[in-house]
Amino acid sequence: MNELRQIRENSLLQGLSRQLQSVRLSEPVTLMEVCGTHTMAIHRAGLPTLLPPNLRLLSGPGCPVCVTPVSYLDTACAIARQYDVTLTTFGDMMRVPGTDGTLADLRSEGYPVDTVYSPFHSVTLAQQKPESQVVFLAVGFETTAPVVAASVKYAYDIGINNFSILSAHKLVIPALKILIDDNRIFVDGFLLPGHVSVILGSEPYRFIAEKNAKACVITGFETADIIQGILLLIDQVQKRDFIVAIQYRRVVKPEGNTKARAVIDEVFESADTEWRGFGVIPESGLMLRDEFGAFDASERFPVHMEMHNEPVGCRCGDVLRGYIEPPECPLFARGCSPEHPVGPCMVSTEGTCAAYYRFSRLQGDI
Amino acid sequence: MNNNKDRIKLAHGSGGGMMADLIQDVILRYLDAPELANLDDAAELVIPHNRIAFSTDTFVVKPIFFPGGDIGSLAVSGTVNDILMKGARPLFLSLGLVLEEGFLIHDLRTILQSIKQACDYAGVKVVTGDTKVVGKGDLDGICINTSGIGSILPGVDVSGSYAKTGDSVIVSGDIGAHGIAVMVKRNGLHLKGDIKSDAKPLTGEVLPLLERYADSIHVLRDPTRGGVAATLNEIADSSGVRIYLDESAIPVNDWVKSVCELLGFDPLYLPCEGRFLVFVDSSASVEVMSFMRDTCGCHDVSVIGTVEGESSGEVLLRTISGGVRILDMPVGELLPRIC
Repeated sequence: MNELRQIRENSLLQGLSRQLQSVRLSEPVTLMEVCGTHTMAIHRAGLPTLLPPNLRLLSGPGCPVCVTPVSYLDTACAIARQYDVTLTTFGDMMRVPGTDGTLADLRSEGYPVDTVYSPFHSVTLAQQKPESQVVFLAVGFETTAPVVAASVKYAYDIGINNFSILSAHKLVIPALKILIDDNRIFVDGFLLPGHVSVILGSEPYRFIAEKNAKACVITGFETADIIQGILLLIDQVQKRDFIVAIQYRRVVKPEGNTKARAVIDEVFESADTEWRGFGVIPESGLMLRDEFGAFDASERFPVHMEMHNEPVGCRCGDVLRGYIEPPECPLFARGCSPEHPVGPCMVSTEGTCAAYYRFSRLQGDI
Repeated sequence: MNNNKDRIKLAHGSGGGMMADLIQDVILRYLDAPELANLDDAAELVIPHNRIAFSTDTFVVKPIFFPGGDIGSLAVSGTVNDILMKGARPLFLSLGLVLEEGFLIHDLRTILQSIKQACDYAGVKVVTGDTKVVGKGDLDGICINTSGIGSILPGVDVSGSYAKTGDSVIVSGDIGAHGIAVMVKRNGLHLKGDIKSDAKPLTGEVLPLLERYADSIHVLRDPTRGGVAATLNEIADSSGVRIYLDESAIPVNDWVKSVCELLGFDPLYLPCEGRFLVFVDSSASVEVMSFMRDTCGCHDVSVIGTVEGESSGEVLLRTISGGVRILDMPVGELLPRIC
């Protein structure tokens, strides 16, 4: 914990902050923070007011709730309506609008929807209510996938047959490949996600630095971590010396967490999956392996649905791809706000629009 | 007499003998104000001065017992503190109990005992009351309403709409402990550490302050639901001012900080039930702060911000890194985060 205490030292933070403000860039530099937790932390710390001229931070597709497509939510709602099940979910999903409303709406109609902190709570719930079916909405990146895999394995081992998951798990690397190949945006470097990298390590990102000449820094979530990460990225860009650096050394090891990856591999296999804003990205999702197929809610509770409709006018997809910043969306703060969100990026605690709205919407006036 | 397993029955609310027994043997054993004793339909009160503060609040906290308090102590301190925040000395409370059929009488006694203790601590009396019983499943255990009357101190004139440019914003102590104590208990989280709600009547802190600095104090508010963030936004809005907060000056207990980090909460949005915010003339702020610390027992008192100019009502936070961002009203429920 000493390292954590050090990184939180006010004097360190204030020194880094002055260093960031004194950076002079002769050319514009665009950096993308991939992870929604970074986006939120950047705006929560007020960092946009400290950036030097010519430096732009762009938000990427790293909010698991935001990239979950409407079709997934619609499937979850349809399962709840058509079968006698209890849906369990992380809290962030509750207010994301689907075609016919949110999970919170569903709950207010009397359908059982519980928020949980861990998929193991869902397994426990299934054990406590053997007469009912408990479905966990498995949404998230490589950070949440290991614990979901472990919960499925646990349920399998102890023979629980009233628990299942609806997987919308996503993998970060395939989405990064799409962003790098996208001609509509140019990014000089990536502030890479700290938590995902705890699992992945640094190796899977090497192609970004070595083949695509982009700066890469795996970065932690304290304000000082983020400023350090930005400074390291700027240094790589200015020296044109591209490597995958690890700023978040107190937690991330180059080899990652092999045990966590092993449990993901044991339970899941990669599959094509749909991302909001991106469409279907090959091999970018996780589905249960045949051996664990009995825990697949989409198999256990098949539903047929009509069209899935994205909210009218919502440009979350363009925000997630880095095409626009939230204030450029015509709905931002004019019909779409955290109280009345139209799209998922305004709902989630990691959503880019929510971060701009909550912390930075007075930009220019403060 | 009751044993530990006796429960509330519908007949306890029917107006008959069982109800009379409940009132005499259970409720009045803890509440002994002379105004209440003869059980008339209304209490007769003598109130000093002619400026009265009158407030009401209804309590449905879950769980009803939490570290550092219970629904009873909360029901007293909630209304007492609301009266204090209007610059008044709390005098009398009413107590409305709604009980679910099957509620343990033992638990009711425990709650009444803490009501009595909180009233004694706050120097108020319960002078009128009511008890209702509803059917099993119609309520989650117990709901309490308290209303209260207080006498506004001479020379005191405070309101959430009186914040002025140049005011200093003072918080009486560390924030967020009540919210965390309740959340941890509610969610059955097994976390080690000294967790305790801050809930308490603030009479001893607020009255000496008002008596001494009536002229300098413009706003008094307790940051309950929605925490410091919501309360300051309400003040900024109704006063038409912009409030700047200094993040490094906001006192948060290490334990609260850790749990907040674990669960993804921001202490600025967590309810406090035993803390208050004071807006004072900046020229008086140092003296007021020393007085609060040395005389009122507010050990962690801190000047956390200033009022800087008229506006449409925003709260801005200068973070430790020196960046500035909005401190918004809270949105939605307090939800667990996803990763």
